[in-house]
Amino acid sequence: MTAVTLASAEVSPRRWLKALASQEALLAIAVIGLAIAVGLYNPRFLAARNLSDVLLGNAYIAVAAVGMSMVIISGNIDISVGALIGVLATISGTLAVNGAPIVVAWLAALVAGIAVMALQGAIIAYLRIPAIVVTLGMLSILKGGLISVTGGKWITDLPDSFHLADIELFGELPFPVFLMILVTILAALWMRYSASGRAIYAVGGNAEAARLCGISQPRTIVMVFALHGLFAGAAALLYATQLRVIQSTVPPNLELTIITASVVGGVSILGGAGTVVGSTLAAVLIAEIASALVFIDISPYWIRAVQGVLILVTVIADILRRRRMAGA
Amino acid sequence: MSEIPLPHTAKRLVPWWLLRHETMLAVILLIALIVLGGLNSRFLTLDNLLNQGRLTTEVGLIALPMTFIIITGGIDLSVGSIVGLCAILLGYSWKVFGLPLPLAICFSLLVGAAAGFLNGIVITRVKVPPLIMTIATLALYRGLAEGISQARSVRGYPEWFYFIGQENLFGVPAQLWLLLIAIVVTAIVLDRTTFGRTLYAIGNNETAARFSGLPVDRVKLIIYTLSGLMAGLSACVLVSRVTTTRSDMGIGYELDVIAAVVLGGTSIFGGVGTIWGTVVGLAMIQLLKNGLALTGVKGDATIVVIGTVLILSTLVASSLQRRREGV
Repeated sequence: MTAVTLASAEVSPRRWLKALASQEALLAIAVIGLAIAVGLYNPRFLAARNLSDVLLGNAYIAVAAVGMSMVIISGNIDISVGALIGVLATISGTLAVNGAPIVVAWLAALVAGIAVMALQGAIIAYLRIPAIVVTLGMLSILKGGLISVTGGKWITDLPDSFHLADIELFGELPFPVFLMILVTILAALWMRYSASGRAIYAVGGNAEAARLCGISQPRTIVMVFALHGLFAGAAALLYATQLRVIQSTVPPNLELTIITASVVGGVSILGGAGTVVGSTLAAVLIAEIASALVFIDISPYWIRAVQGVLILVTVIADILRRRRMAGA
Repeated sequence: MSEIPLPHTAKRLVPWWLLRHETMLAVILLIALIVLGGLNSRFLTLDNLLNQGRLTTEVGLIALPMTFIIITGGIDLSVGSIVGLCAILLGYSWKVFGLPLPLAICFSLLVGAAAGFLNGIVITRVKVPPLIMTIATLALYRGLAEGISQARSVRGYPEWFYFIGQENLFGVPAQLWLLLIAIVVTAIVLDRTTFGRTLYAIGNNETAARFSGLPVDRVKLIIYTLSGLMAGLSACVLVSRVTTTRSDMGIGYELDVIAAVVLGGTSIFGGVGTIWGTVVGLAMIQLLKNGLALTGVKGDATIVVIGTVLILSTLVASSLQRRREGV
């Protein structure tokens, strides 16, 4: 399968057409097309205020989806990330309220995120337990643990300096959106051009071949999960700091939204292919759809069904496309 | 890839059935029963045990076909969402579309089977991995339940409907009979029929099963459809027990179901497992919940325990299997 991708990259005349038909380009067109279509129906959708709210409120999903994409590309899955984000947001908020220095509160979320995910990665890689079992178990441990420790109470009186989301760079750019773009670009470059980044594709595409090339599969998987934990920590900070209060529970079905973003973004569920640029665009598209539903008078209760259809269509299309390429 | 363990010819010190996963689990279960009974006098009463049976039926009905699926090396994460969708459609087809309740029940079972059939057809025809397919439908079916119901509940069912969920038949909770029949049927099918043996063959080596001329795709299609159907049945029992219909019903069922199956000795890698193991696994999960509740642990803390049990029992099972295979 990798051979096919390499071969197609060499054909130059059709390259522009190919680039236009890539998942990333399709998503970019969908994001803009949907904005125009909904804007025609209801011009208020295009108000700068609404568009920036959509981006601001959902940047954390894009950041978490970057880590999720790496996990899926390496041939694994993680369904505990939504619960982890809830736990990290609570830890960070509790520290901030109890007078810990803000930097400590921020760092705690990142460090705890890396620790939990690296542990899961180690269990998956070294003890060879399927990722779905480990992360399903961890999901319930985190979810049940959080509610039974905190009772789901609200964390209020957060210090002003805690709110990352209030920072505006260059006078205009809100910090969450800046972080989303920065994380996406850095991760995309790292995954494309560094040896350790390429190792993720190698392990996900063909584990045996990767091993023969001298890539340690367990070490790569632990690294991927640790990074995923770092991004989950960053996502938790954006999530925690966008409102004035934090509810110390697990955001329901957050992991599904994050997985949808990765899969719709073109990350192949068979491992070994996909980019984080796609997953970020998909995260924006999903947020846009959720907002658009409200503006075209469809109940937001349908959003989960839309997500399900999106995953289904992308996955089936991906597999049919691979089959056609393999057959050609 | 997975090697079929050869039978040991050397004489053993203990009979083989004593070393089986199910037997060891049953012993642990017995010890747990006695310990919990000693800690709390209300625990080891017939009333309490029967009531626990009532509570475990909804998960149990789904755990049986899930055993089939996991034996083939697959998984179905969408069962909780199918429960939600079927519960909502039961309530809506009765209250809003005005179907008579028996027809509404049939309709909801049909929807469950159709939901499972969709999983199965995409898994077998398009070759989408079961994990991803059922994550997608986990979102889709729950989304349909939320969209159709708009988060409103349906209540006020006729009195006779509550029989399945709340009354006793011959001194035993009515729904427990359903579960018992399902257990016996699935156990016979798995142990004594070609269909059952095919499940093991698929789990051990799918390619070999295909080349042996076994109807791999048809068998898979049947078990995913069965899983949806049983989730629909579970939804009807659940609605009858709690007397109301909400779109968030069945959330998190996949955890209990998979934990029970894996705890019961069915290998998550496929090829190994029994219905009896799943039954013991179910009993252990339910008694764990009940025992913790009686000692004053809240419901949220019990899912921490179940999650831990899931990971640990997979760890133990896989390390035992590796040692057996001498890897």
